[in-house]
Amino acid sequence: MMKLVTCALLAASTAIADEGQVRLKDGPAKDLVVGRCAICHSLDYIPMNSPFLDRKGWEAEVDKMVKVMGAPITPEEAQKIVDYLATEYGKK
Amino acid sequence: MWNRRQFLIDLAKGFAAIGAGTLRPGIVLAAQAAAWRTPGLPSGTLDSSVLDALPGKRPLVKRTYRPANYEAPIEYLTDAFTRSDAFFVRYHLPNIPELSTAEWKLQVAGDSVERPLTVDWQSLTRDYEQVELAALCMCSGNRRGFSEPHVPGVQWGHGAMGNALWKGVRLKDVLARAGVRKDALEVVFDGAESPVLNTTPDFVKCLPMWKALDENTLLAFEMNGAPLPHWNGHPVRLVVPGWTATYWMKQIISIRVVPRPFDGFWMKSAYRIPKGKFPIIDRFISQESETTTPITEMVVSSLITNLRNGQAVRLGRRLEVKGIAWDGGYGIQTVEVSTDGGRIWRAAELGRDLGRFSWRQWSHAFKADRKGVQTVMAKATNRRGAGQTFDLIFNPAGYHNNVVQRIDLLVA
Repeated sequence: MMKLVTCALLAASTAIADEGQVRLKDGPAKDLVVGRCAICHSLDYIPMNSPFLDRKGWEAEVDKMVKVMGAPITPEEAQKIVDYLATEYGKK
Repeated sequence: MWNRRQFLIDLAKGFAAIGAGTLRPGIVLAAQAAAWRTPGLPSGTLDSSVLDALPGKRPLVKRTYRPANYEAPIEYLTDAFTRSDAFFVRYHLPNIPELSTAEWKLQVAGDSVERPLTVDWQSLTRDYEQVELAALCMCSGNRRGFSEPHVPGVQWGHGAMGNALWKGVRLKDVLARAGVRKDALEVVFDGAESPVLNTTPDFVKCLPMWKALDENTLLAFEMNGAPLPHWNGHPVRLVVPGWTATYWMKQIISIRVVPRPFDGFWMKSAYRIPKGKFPIIDRFISQESETTTPITEMVVSSLITNLRNGQAVRLGRRLEVKGIAWDGGYGIQTVEVSTDGGRIWRAAELGRDLGRFSWRQWSHAFKADRKGVQTVMAKATNRRGAGQTFDLIFNPAGYHNNVVQRIDLLVA
């Protein structure tokens, strides 16, 4: 299985090189969003799902990431992340 | 609804870009990008999508880099079989190992198995009868991006699907060798892809016993006459003809036959549709709840592949509208085309029948005889008499969008 793990890391690093092109909008919690969300997925998931979610919609997404996907995000961080997403990528 | 005039303009630009020649390998040009900027998708989706080539693939429409989610531009959906290097890519988890045939092994076990066994490449390709069939593989969420209102998820346009010739062995033959007990209820499948965190649910799916034992359900190792591409499940994937691609597990390494309903996020919470809203025949009863049911077979649908919204056409010109039509494995009976916005419908000519699980090509000749906007539409009906809908059947995950397409030509 070690071999599998090595290959997985290589494949992941290639994808990370491409996803480095994704640029999120500047905002107070941008670094936090990048630091937490990009652990598991590229950041294009955010602009792709915009701008049609309202605050409640983004809250549900962040909640799913924490409760279902096990994202290591504290409740205080989750609040900041939702604020950022609702402000920068929310339904106007 | 999007702004109609603006979308016609956008699309006209998009069509011009196609004429200029898109899809050159390795090249992403903003000016050409318009060709696949499908209207109706969220603006953030359009802005964050690019044409990008994964290793071994042609440039496809990148929706997300990691996990990799790429769809085929419509130009690739015109053929009877979709070329493997243009076949859509859809992953739920980001760590996707390169698996050689030498290291691949499939464990067949579970409480309802008599003799647990390990199948290696040699055994798979030597010990079982091999069969080949044509089948459409379509993501459950294909066209999710057109949902009104929009719903979260990968914002697919039309291209999260492809038709291919799959070669492999029957799942039922492998299960027979392991011996299935009388109490068997479901078959649970796991692939080699894995999450970053061990707190994230692994992507595991299951099938009801009857579908797993269907003679058309395959463990496939070839696609279009060649080994499966890495991004489409090399070396072995499940092929579940008629059902949406969520069940077509890639890089399959574990099969468990169990006597109880499998309890996992990707079955119990994801890939579910409201009960009774869609004309579905295949049920997955052991996974149903009071209000929802797992998605199963594909609904009847069609796609116009050679005309674009906003395309400029000279008055009086003779044209042909071409496309594809499909369903959940009953077979397409008719495709009807309207070239006057839905008043008169005429039967299209159907292409070769490649089997009931394949999509069916069709075409219809007509004249651009309406100055201004001439609306072309197509609707398919299957052998059970089921058809397409004119109004979206909204559901929270954006599945089963088979709304009849409208293509507005600008005739002058």
